[in-house]
Amino acid sequence: MDPIYGRIASNKRKTFFLFLLYAVLFIAIGYFGGIYLGDPYAGIILAVVVFIIIFLISYFGGQSAVTAMAGAKEVSKQQEPFLYNTVEGLSYATGKPMPKVYIIETDVPNAFAAGRNPKNAVVAVTRGLMKRLNRQELEGVLAHEMAHINNYDVLLATVAVVLAGTIVFFAAVVRRMVFFGGLGRGGGRKSGQGQIIALVVLIVLAILAPIFAQLLRFAISRQREYLADATAADFTGYPEGLASALEKITNSQVKDSPIENNALNGLYIVNPAIGARQTNRASALFSTHPPAEERVKRLRAM
Amino acid sequence: MDPIHVLAAIVVFVLAFTVYTYNRLVGLRNMADTALANIDTLLQKRFDLVPNLIDTVKAYMKHEQEVLETVTKARTEYLNSSSMKENAAADEKAARAIKTLFAVSENYPELKASQNFMMLQEELVGIENKLAYARQRYNRTVMIINMVVQKFPTNIIARLFNFETREFFAVESGDIRNVPGIEMQGGAKS
Repeated sequence: MDPIYGRIASNKRKTFFLFLLYAVLFIAIGYFGGIYLGDPYAGIILAVVVFIIIFLISYFGGQSAVTAMAGAKEVSKQQEPFLYNTVEGLSYATGKPMPKVYIIETDVPNAFAAGRNPKNAVVAVTRGLMKRLNRQELEGVLAHEMAHINNYDVLLATVAVVLAGTIVFFAAVVRRMVFFGGLGRGGGRKSGQGQIIALVVLIVLAILAPIFAQLLRFAISRQREYLADATAADFTGYPEGLASALEKITNSQVKDSPIENNALNGLYIVNPAIGARQTNRASALFSTHPPAEERVKRLRAM
Repeated sequence: MDPIHVLAAIVVFVLAFTVYTYNRLVGLRNMADTALANIDTLLQKRFDLVPNLIDTVKAYMKHEQEVLETVTKARTEYLNSSSMKENAAADEKAARAIKTLFAVSENYPELKASQNFMMLQEELVGIENKLAYARQRYNRTVMIINMVVQKFPTNIIARLFNFETREFFAVESGDIRNVPGIEMQGGAKS
């Protein structure tokens, strides 16, 4: 009956599949690391244990990790009545619990949401966003973020951000092990052909892992942004608010701003890394977000 | 295939569908009730703020007694109302009176600059927003409930468990949101 519910189910499936891929990558690193050090099974067990621990930590703590990385602070109703009231109003519109409200003290206008489900979620906006937008525009942006929460986009985004970060770290550890620890050990033992193959695979994995983290950006796909825009317009009944907010935000992004962060860029409503490069067709292909002009055009056509 | 197996499959399917529809209707009913409760709480909150608002404004607006009286009267009417209809009428009257009050306050720069007044204004506009959204949520939920209750074949299950269609909320006092100069954060005005 409602196409949005079908999208939510498909999001959940994709999320599961992505986690499976991460698990396979972890186990692969563990296995080849194990062969290199002489005990493949210990390597696998170690990788599985690490994966489970990291997964649980990111599932239950990813939200705090993301807000900490972004430098966001929770605010109360007394501190920010205008922002708080707007979020509370929208939670009446969605019929879901109200997310916690966070502010990032920077002048670059942007916003993101984090959390594993609508019951445990946060929305964060920058001070610059509050300064530049009027009530209708702010409402549009917050509705977009709350749409992400409702569509379970944030579960994928939050957990995937933490997992991808861990893989990058893990790969770095493996590289160090190969260059320092590994040499000493290998010298004491006969270094067989298996070990050399394992070493090669390990190096390949260590290079591939960061690329995999890059893949994450495409998983949080452009389609989801369109869907969140449409859901937001449906919540507020006023697409123009979000449209004019997007125009203002996009024009105010600056290169190398304090909120720019490779792991977090995909979470924000407008990619902080775009700067003024939005018009460049090639960069749009590798972006986590559709071009703002296209989003605005679709919103205005609603 | 054995006819008994076919029959069993049909029975299982019908049962599963019945359970699903029943649970869905219960969920929708709870959602509609929550929205109604939210509306009630918000109205109560708004009328609780009225004496406070009058106190703040009185000192500045000596010539606008009429406006103040309308707001106070609407509050008394709301407190004395018993039916949902009276309730809604008082609510609409109050919304209009508060809107007029804010419009008039444009002529009193000292009042507009008062921290207390700014807080009250933000609070009241916030409540008005939330009311509009809570009503929207209620109406949308009612729309789905009515669809499930009236459409075939879910109407059979709905009738079986005495689920009925509901009435929509007619009053929409959302125009207060468009009062000029309502931006609290000093942001750009569009």
